[in-house]
Amino acid sequence: MSMKLVRALGIIAGAAGFMAAASADAEQPQLTIASAGGAWQQAQHNAWYAPFAQKMGIKFNEEETSAGMARVEAMVKAGNVTDDVVTVDTAQVLAACDSGVLVRLDWGKIAPRDGFLPGAARDCGMGLDVYGDILAYNTDVVKSDPPTSVLALFDTKRWPGKRGMQKIAPNNLEWALEADGVPPDQVYKVLATPQGVDRAFAKLDTIKKDIVWWQAGAQPPQLLASHEVVMTTAWNGRIQNPIDHDHAPFKIVWGNEIIEYDMISIPKGSPNLDLAYKYLAYVAEPENNAKLGQYIPYGPVVKDAVKFVPADTLPKLPTAPDHMANALPIDMEFWADYGQDLTKRFNDWLAK
Amino acid sequence: MRALLLVAPLLALLLLSFCLPIGILLSQAVYDPATHDALPRTAVALAASPDQGVPDDAVFAALGEDLLAAKQNDSLYNLARDLNKLLPAARSHVLRTARGLSPDKPVTRAALVAADPFWGESETWFAIRSGVRAFTANYLLAAVDLRWTRDGSLGAVPPGQAIYRAIFARTFGIAAAVTVLTLILGFPIAWLLAHVPGRLAARLIMLVLLPFWTSILVRTAAWTVLLQKFGILNDLLLALHITDDRFDLMYTRTGLIIAMVHIQLPFTLLPIYSIMRTISASQMRAAYSLGAHPFYAFRRVYLPQVMPGVMAGCLLTFILCLGYFITPALVGGPADQLIANFISNDINVDLNWQMAGALSCILLLLTLGLFAVFARMFGIDRMKLV
Repeated sequence: MSMKLVRALGIIAGAAGFMAAASADAEQPQLTIASAGGAWQQAQHNAWYAPFAQKMGIKFNEEETSAGMARVEAMVKAGNVTDDVVTVDTAQVLAACDSGVLVRLDWGKIAPRDGFLPGAARDCGMGLDVYGDILAYNTDVVKSDPPTSVLALFDTKRWPGKRGMQKIAPNNLEWALEADGVPPDQVYKVLATPQGVDRAFAKLDTIKKDIVWWQAGAQPPQLLASHEVVMTTAWNGRIQNPIDHDHAPFKIVWGNEIIEYDMISIPKGSPNLDLAYKYLAYVAEPENNAKLGQYIPYGPVVKDAVKFVPADTLPKLPTAPDHMANALPIDMEFWADYGQDLTKRFNDWLAK
Repeated sequence: MRALLLVAPLLALLLLSFCLPIGILLSQAVYDPATHDALPRTAVALAASPDQGVPDDAVFAALGEDLLAAKQNDSLYNLARDLNKLLPAARSHVLRTARGLSPDKPVTRAALVAADPFWGESETWFAIRSGVRAFTANYLLAAVDLRWTRDGSLGAVPPGQAIYRAIFARTFGIAAAVTVLTLILGFPIAWLLAHVPGRLAARLIMLVLLPFWTSILVRTAAWTVLLQKFGILNDLLLALHITDDRFDLMYTRTGLIIAMVHIQLPFTLLPIYSIMRTISASQMRAAYSLGAHPFYAFRRVYLPQVMPGVMAGCLLTFILCLGYFITPALVGGPADQLIANFISNDINVDLNWQMAGALSCILLLLTLGLFAVFARMFGIDRMKLV
């Protein structure tokens, strides 16, 4: 054969080999998840991402974002969905489902719906865990007269100083009404009326100048550690982990906690739909669902999973019996209906 | 011609990566076809009906058809949400009405108003009329706290919702304060750098340039640590017995201005310094030798030559400050959020690109207006940036 032919064949063989190597690399299936980061995402990684990736022989891409549903909407609208599964705020999942941004889940591919706690198996979202919005304080700052309820936020005479609150309308308005004397089971009925909303904002006005607003879940423990605030609202796991692992001098106050589910959803147009369903099915198995409790004290949403939760984690869960007095499960339907108006009013109130 | 060809790639880049995206964002402020596309028949019927108040049966029939169509192709909730933006509490009325509709029952004005008095209010139809127009000035008006009232005149937005004028005032006020403070701090430092022997000057200028080259996020986070209640600054003030109490510096305007002055100082200082280097020291000496008082010599000889650099530095700092959002977000309190924070919130959290575009448009117009006044007063050809 002539030299030119040999050289040409060599080049073609080299290129083919290169392309084969490149495509073999690209063919390893992967799943991309977007979650809220911090201790919770780390716990999910240990309990679910790593074992699932190993079991299925896939690559797990993790994204950290606190932009929530807005990011998913932007992706779907732009037609370029890069996330396969996203963890979402309970208050936003119903509204997003109506907007057509999330896949309507085929529960036949995941698990029977009645195996979940009420409200955890939704049309567009599956519950991951139960967490509590609680109050936390630093025992080095509040040495005597510790608060026993989240409503201590509104008593600046007994506990003067700055308090931390999350920069969103949900939870804060419920607590404001409770502090104004509304019993927990009436809160959403009152908040649905214009007078109720005015009442909630009037109560928040009484402590407005003392509030430090946080947005990311990792901020409350930071605010407590730097003594910047006397007390702060937080998600219970974000405070429990520093207590357990770093011996931080924090204490959690469970009275009047608000209980929420973390949800996971699949954005419409997700590139790996089958793998996403397999991941959801994996997390819904009772044994796996309880595994998260080993890394962060959030409760399982699958009814049969409670028996798999380690005994020393049970008292730290938001659903532990002695935490449930005056606890308020969040009303997702309420926030789907009224969320838009109340958020606008809250943002305008904040800006003044 | 050759000059144009040489600049052509840069112009193309500028056009594609700067003018085009900004133009698209600004166009969102006046072009909002969402409701118009969701209510096509209603829009046509409204155009044919008289201008004010609750319209007649033809419009109601068209509305019924549009709501049914939206229900069928799954866009009903989006329509309800978009109408809710124009008219608070509209969402639940739209959803309830749509659920009660069926294709075989014709919609009349009397029937719909009886079912839900919401549809009999002229406020509702005022909002729908303004919503079905694809090109609208509503967002631009809302960005300056104005709105159309029912009788067609311009009126102010209710006080609870009127936040933007105060925020623009706050943004320009803080930018002015930071500019003045950086000038007061930066001018002596620039003078020192220009008049000190070469090797010492080289070392001193590193003290200015090294922070300048550090990422702005890193510097802002560093200020978060310094300004804390139990942080280094408060500890230092207590140790030197300057004060007995710890200052609240984080999440306050004072803390914000301190951090912004630190970040902006090199921007003001460097143009002034570069001008000062070109002024020969012998000029001042000549002025003294001719009998001038030092302050007089400074005012008549030195200052006019330094002015172009001062103007450039101040303008640079002022305009940069107008766009700040990282530092107010991390160091400022909720009453210190600047206009860029609101634009960012509209884009990233609320997905209200129309409002973001409108606020950006107003900010751009105010900035260009200020720049025009500035250029007229001081002469744009007198500015020297480098």
